[in-house]
Amino acid sequence: MIGLSRLIDGLSAAVGRWVSWLVLASVLVSAGNAVVRKISDNSSNALLEAQWYLFAAVFLLASGRTLLTQDHVRIDVLSSRFSRRTQVWIEVFGLVFFLLPLVVVVVTLSWPLVAGAFVSGEVSSNAGGLVRWPVMAMLPLGFGLLGLQGLSELIKCVGYLRGVLPEPSGIRGQGTRNPKAKP
Amino acid sequence: MELLAANMAPLMFASLVVFLLVGFPVAFSLGACGLFFSLVGIEIGLLPASLMQALPLRIFGIMQNDTLLAIPFFTFMGLILERSGMAEELLDTIGQLFGPVRGGLAYAVIFVGAMLAATTGVVAASVISMGLISLPIMLRYGYDRRLAAGVIAASGTLAQIIPPSLVLIVLADQLGQSVGDLYQGALVPSLLLTGLYVVYVAVVSIVRPQWVPALPPEARTFGRSPVRDASAAGWRPGIAVLWRVARVMVPPLVLIFLVLGTIFLGIATPTEGGAMGAVGALIIAVINRRFSLDLLRQAMESTARLSCFVMFILIGSTVFSLAFQSVDGPKWVEHLLTSLPGGVLGFLIVVNAMIFFLAFFLDFFELAFIVVPLLAPVAAALGIDLVWFGVLLAVNMQTSFMHPPFGFALFYLRSVAPEIEYEDSVTGKKIAPVTIGQIYRGAIPFVLIQLVMVALIISFPGVVSRGGDTAPTVDADAALRQMQIESGSNAADAGSEPHTTEVDDPMKAMQQSIDADRQNAPK
Repeated sequence: MIGLSRLIDGLSAAVGRWVSWLVLASVLVSAGNAVVRKISDNSSNALLEAQWYLFAAVFLLASGRTLLTQDHVRIDVLSSRFSRRTQVWIEVFGLVFFLLPLVVVVVTLSWPLVAGAFVSGEVSSNAGGLVRWPVMAMLPLGFGLLGLQGLSELIKCVGYLRGVLPEPSGIRGQGTRNPKAKP
Repeated sequence: MELLAANMAPLMFASLVVFLLVGFPVAFSLGACGLFFSLVGIEIGLLPASLMQALPLRIFGIMQNDTLLAIPFFTFMGLILERSGMAEELLDTIGQLFGPVRGGLAYAVIFVGAMLAATTGVVAASVISMGLISLPIMLRYGYDRRLAAGVIAASGTLAQIIPPSLVLIVLADQLGQSVGDLYQGALVPSLLLTGLYVVYVAVVSIVRPQWVPALPPEARTFGRSPVRDASAAGWRPGIAVLWRVARVMVPPLVLIFLVLGTIFLGIATPTEGGAMGAVGALIIAVINRRFSLDLLRQAMESTARLSCFVMFILIGSTVFSLAFQSVDGPKWVEHLLTSLPGGVLGFLIVVNAMIFFLAFFLDFFELAFIVVPLLAPVAAALGIDLVWFGVLLAVNMQTSFMHPPFGFALFYLRSVAPEIEYEDSVTGKKIAPVTIGQIYRGAIPFVLIQLVMVALIISFPGVVSRGGDTAPTVDADAALRQMQIESGSNAADAGSEPHTTEVDDPMKAMQQSIDADRQNAPK
């Protein structure tokens, strides 16, 4: 189980590192679009759509890693006063009853749409637009990664509660509200 | 069962508070709350079983939101600028220029804070650089610690209100207004606010001169090379000084034009402006020889992380609002808020007090995605101009960065302020650490200034300008009279959804038609 958790952590971290390059790509595509549009007065719908395709890929695929690094914001006014074990119990509860059901619902509901778009080859309604299914696939894919990472966090929490693993990093107070990651 | 069905909206709202307070990430708590009540609603036959079908379409709608695309761009730009060396040069030079005046270092911090705020929409960058550069100098020459900390934290948060700000982008999206309009509207209030900070420092320099001493002559150098004509007798800027000032002002001014200029002139959309600004920041970093692969990677990864948690809060709140809307939650909130005594003014006061209070616990993303969607339809129904309303909320939410104990600007400052006693490298004196209490106390006057500004915007709506139109945008009195004519039975249907205007995409259209069907379907 612990091996599985490590494997998932590694996957999330790798995917997170990789997709962060898409930030740069979307900046360059968007700036390029703006300049080209001004100079030559014609713009490519494909490139305009590529901007949000890239951004969607960034924030959906990075979700696993964001969970891994505990950067999803929490309201810890109350919970920071609880004992460490209570916090981990809350974490277990949250993962099982909050996060995983959400993941299951989104993945099962979005999958048929992606499959439909893939089969029909749905294309953007804008002239010269892009094929739709790759960006739609990001939704189940991103939530899938999030679910996997949730599973890994669950393993770590249970491991801690049973005394097999060291305490999970940064569930409580200061660590989670990492100021560096905020605007 | 009847009781449950009739009170779904208040029940949902109360549960939301509980779900959020358990301390699990906000995004998922929001989503879980929505999901839970959808299931309950479907189970007791209150809601159609197909309710959740709309969810993926709504999330696709979020994915293709062009406005929110500006968030990663401005974040990335801010992170690059933070390390590009531009802020250091500005602070160093402007500090020297103003330093000899009493309170000069504080003025310099405000000026540079406003300048950085106009280039980017990110608070961290300005607070961290000013905390690293100006705070030690202010401590060295005996500035009051509370004032030094307060002025740095407050000037850093100017990035939240001076365009191009992330807060305004998110608010524009949630209020269904154009980002450009909100930027234009925020321009005068944000400059006024900066002015109020300056006035405060000026008052302090008269009432408590020992808090804000002028730099002694030996400190009046430009970086490593002393300025030739700096003497004990008097200080006047030579050509070299002016040249230096001009040189450090060029990069930020170019950036401001690149981003704000192009947006205001209508050449670029805010999203494009953000992308151009990001490229500009990269160029500045390269010119200043600060660029490295490591810098780039860190900025990209932080951007990805921030975009991810912001967008997931939005996704979570979408799940929540899907359920909340189908149990007529917005109508319940509207009824609650419009039945307040005092009409429009009463509404504004209650809303602002509420946001101010919530800002102690929530940061602005949470406020914007959870609270604002509830308020927007009510404000629209009361005849309040949403651009004006957005600017008002933005000024108010700025306090969420300065509230002890969770204000982020205070956190940033804490992370760079000296924590242990150290020996100053120039004077050799022992400098005591800056305590968290001093930082908190220093922020209080500026939070009060913020409240003064909120009151100013409510009393003089005209300070929020609308494109080309200089007349006051919202006439609270007229709206109030209208309210009275309607004798409390306000038009509940007017503008109940801010997001129903544009149909530029089949996905959105489909989503909207589904939403509409659901709303029309017999419950």
